[in-house]
Amino acid sequence: MGRYVIRRLLQMIPVFFGTTLLIFLMVNVMGDPIAGLCGDRQCDPATAAQLRSEFGLDKPVWQQYLTYMGNVFTGDFGTAFNGQKVTELMATAFPITIRLTIVAIVFEIVIGISLGVVTGLRRGRPVDTTVLILTLVVISIPTFVTGLLLQLLLGVEWGIIKPSVSSEAPFNELLVPGLVLASVSLAYVTRLTRTSIAENARADYVRTAVAKGLPRRRVVIRHLLRNSLIPVVTFIGTDVGALMGGAIVTERIFNIHGVGFQLYQGILRQNSQTVVGFVTILVLVFLAANLLVDLLYAVLDPRIRYA
Amino acid sequence: MLLEVRDLHVEFHTRDGVAKAVNGVNYSVAEGETLAVLGESGSGKSVTAQAVMGILDMPPGKISGGEILFKDRDLLKMKKDERRKIRGQEMAMIFQDALSSLNPVLSVGEQLGEMFVVHRGMSHKDAKLKAVELMDRVRIPAAKERVGNFPHQFSGGMRQRIMIAMAMALEPSLIIADEPTTALDVTVQAQVMDLLAELQRELNMGLILITHDLGVVADVADKIAVMYAGRIVESAPVHEIYRAPAHPYTKGLLRSIPRLDQKGRELYAIKGLPPNLLHIPPGCAFNPRCPMAQEICRGEVPPLFEVAEHRESACYFWKETLDAR
Amino acid sequence: MDLALEEGTTLERTPGGPEGTGPAEKPRSLWSDAWRDLRRNPVFIISALIILFLVIISIWPSLIADQDPLNCDLAKAQQGSQPGHPFGFDGQGCDVYTRTVYGARNSVTVGVCSTLGVTLLGGVLGGLAGFFGGLSDSILSRVTDVFFGIPVVLGGLVFLSVVTSSTVWPVIGFIVLLGWPQIARIARGSVITAKQNDYVQAARALGASNTRMMLRHITPNAIAPVIVVATIALGTYISLEATLSFLGVGLKPPAVSWGIDISAASQYIRNAPHMLLWPAGALAVTVLAFIMLGDAVRDALDPKLR
Repeated sequence: MGRYVIRRLLQMIPVFFGTTLLIFLMVNVMGDPIAGLCGDRQCDPATAAQLRSEFGLDKPVWQQYLTYMGNVFTGDFGTAFNGQKVTELMATAFPITIRLTIVAIVFEIVIGISLGVVTGLRRGRPVDTTVLILTLVVISIPTFVTGLLLQLLLGVEWGIIKPSVSSEAPFNELLVPGLVLASVSLAYVTRLTRTSIAENARADYVRTAVAKGLPRRRVVIRHLLRNSLIPVVTFIGTDVGALMGGAIVTERIFNIHGVGFQLYQGILRQNSQTVVGFVTILVLVFLAANLLVDLLYAVLDPRIRYA
Repeated sequence: MLLEVRDLHVEFHTRDGVAKAVNGVNYSVAEGETLAVLGESGSGKSVTAQAVMGILDMPPGKISGGEILFKDRDLLKMKKDERRKIRGQEMAMIFQDALSSLNPVLSVGEQLGEMFVVHRGMSHKDAKLKAVELMDRVRIPAAKERVGNFPHQFSGGMRQRIMIAMAMALEPSLIIADEPTTALDVTVQAQVMDLLAELQRELNMGLILITHDLGVVADVADKIAVMYAGRIVESAPVHEIYRAPAHPYTKGLLRSIPRLDQKGRELYAIKGLPPNLLHIPPGCAFNPRCPMAQEICRGEVPPLFEVAEHRESACYFWKETLDAR
Repeated sequence: MDLALEEGTTLERTPGGPEGTGPAEKPRSLWSDAWRDLRRNPVFIISALIILFLVIISIWPSLIADQDPLNCDLAKAQQGSQPGHPFGFDGQGCDVYTRTVYGARNSVTVGVCSTLGVTLLGGVLGGLAGFFGGLSDSILSRVTDVFFGIPVVLGGLVFLSVVTSSTVWPVIGFIVLLGWPQIARIARGSVITAKQNDYVQAARALGASNTRMMLRHITPNAIAPVIVVATIALGTYISLEATLSFLGVGLKPPAVSWGIDISAASQYIRNAPHMLLWPAGALAVTVLAFIMLGDAVRDALDPKLR
């Protein structure tokens, strides 16, 4: 078990550096890191040159990357366009996006898995077909359309929610945005659970459980569900990172000042320090979630634990 | 009588049509008695057992007729929950492949103890002690240490012992063993079979042994039912069938056992393939493969002829078969 | 002591299965079998017809729309449905119907070209890694891990925010850059599976060259899962383009795109929801058609779960 975790941790190191390097290159090679530093005007050449040497931008890119990473490991993520420390931006933005992600994950687990179990056990029946078609529709409508429609209906037409979320972004205001953020993944979770349940329902050990005279509830929950959820847990775990990254669209629609909002601002204003800093943290979250999935996997499946 | 199956019919509704898996099977088992059900894959032997046990996949399966009397009560007329309580407590089943039949993510202790928790309302702690006791009983070494292990950590023979322990847990009066030794090494097969027979004697249980292995049958069975295309084609006390089969199919099965005293000779095999259950040949289902088939065999389905006391054959030419050794 | 009989209980669990295709019937190939299933599948027929229609109007939009999508009249801005303009006008006074029809071209172009690029790049890289294994395989696995670590929309914002071109090519280039690892993983997996087939091993034992093995034995068997995933991916790429355009970094005006129109419409959502609904509906139907097509093809190629 210990060796398994260490091996996974070691495998993550190149992924961490690879991903951050890729983003670093994208931001610094594709864009102009100092373009946003002189307000809305173009920097005059002398200031530009000064800024370049100040930020070490005259050095080769790999050196810049190493310097940046060195700073990151000492907790220095640089300065945002408005002079605020990037770490301060993070301190306000991340809690909001984490709350939003939690809401989304809870929706995925509660609705997605329930629907998946119900349909998986009733394959071919009307309820199965209906849910299956609904999941296809949800997957097909891009998140920003779903978000705009829900905002239009629930917020503007019926007035059930506030169309935009206040700056504190408490949990109750994040319910609908969380559902929007979760929608596509939720549909995938439903389909994945359904397939997994349907496959495992034919497994020999389920037949054994029935032959043992266990009540149907116990057969489903204790024997069928536990095995069927292994791939679902994997999906949800890896989805944590994707959700936080995908929050850009949802946060924009509902005007939530989380990670997506800050990233969007950073990109618009070409502030490379904000962008790379936030992305670095997101990559770390993604990797941590993956590690968590591997551990959960081992907990759920003893065949891996003792391999 | 402990169990009586009367004129059982089972069909499967598939995309390509209705497959008639069981077409009027009759058999019975008394307490302490062992019935061996013999047949190829697709003969309906396992489907019949699953119908008795109540674990048939429905749909696509459907019991279209017949009765299953267990202790003089028709199982098919019982309420679901009533039926469930019989499973595990009064009748239990042992499956062929213990690795896939045991839940991979639960420890064997949990899976054994579950029987006591669900049916006897025992606490998990007591159930665990019971599990250790059961594992001792089927002679799994170091039961106390291994009760928390998972199925994949045991050898094939040990896993099958655990399956047996699970079936015996509540001392049922009927055990159905579906090819219990097929997946095991030859050396382990005998041990497992002996254990099963021993426990059966101790508890005076009825045993239905489903197999395609005639060698296993000779040692433990009291009587044999040979199935073909969803029908019983011959039933008889075990020794008589070996001495003189009364159905050409049984005869073919016996002749296709490799024997040491016939070394060097070509092995016998029944020609042709088992019938397609979607299109069972009219008349005697075995007629396309039968060396003795006549016109009459293609017309009417042969009834069961009484060959001797407790002995029946569904062949128009049972006399000729008996005589032509 | 076993009889000379077949082992296993598969037959009892699915009667009429294996023996249904007895020696009397001709063996059917995976593809002809799948095609036979698809022709009878209403989902396949409907989605294929929608896609055919989309392709036709992408090539000749003037067939059903005789106006110019860029010919707008501010005086008519936000007006609703009227004769000759069934979907009404958008915030710039452009005809929503014409723009919705013309929007198909860019969506289909992005979807088709990205999918071709992704499938070629991912299929070749993944296939080679799966075939040769060893170091090349390990490197590919780590590289795909790196790409999977980048959220797509975020990557799109970073990569495309500096591009000023209003053509579809930067978007396609970006999707290929970030999309190939997904196909590479699938291709790698199915090549490894195909490689283990007995007849492939036999061909190798008979001394078939690597090229011959790959082209004749492995590719035909490994390509099915790739096609399925690529079809579904095509739908998601169209959706991705719209999302990026909505965020202002995908296609840029004067290009005509459903994403741009939806983004513009979101400002007028209160007064003129028709501006949002038509392009959004067209987008959803298009994506749905490709995903359903992929789903139907998968079901046909993988009969395990019917």
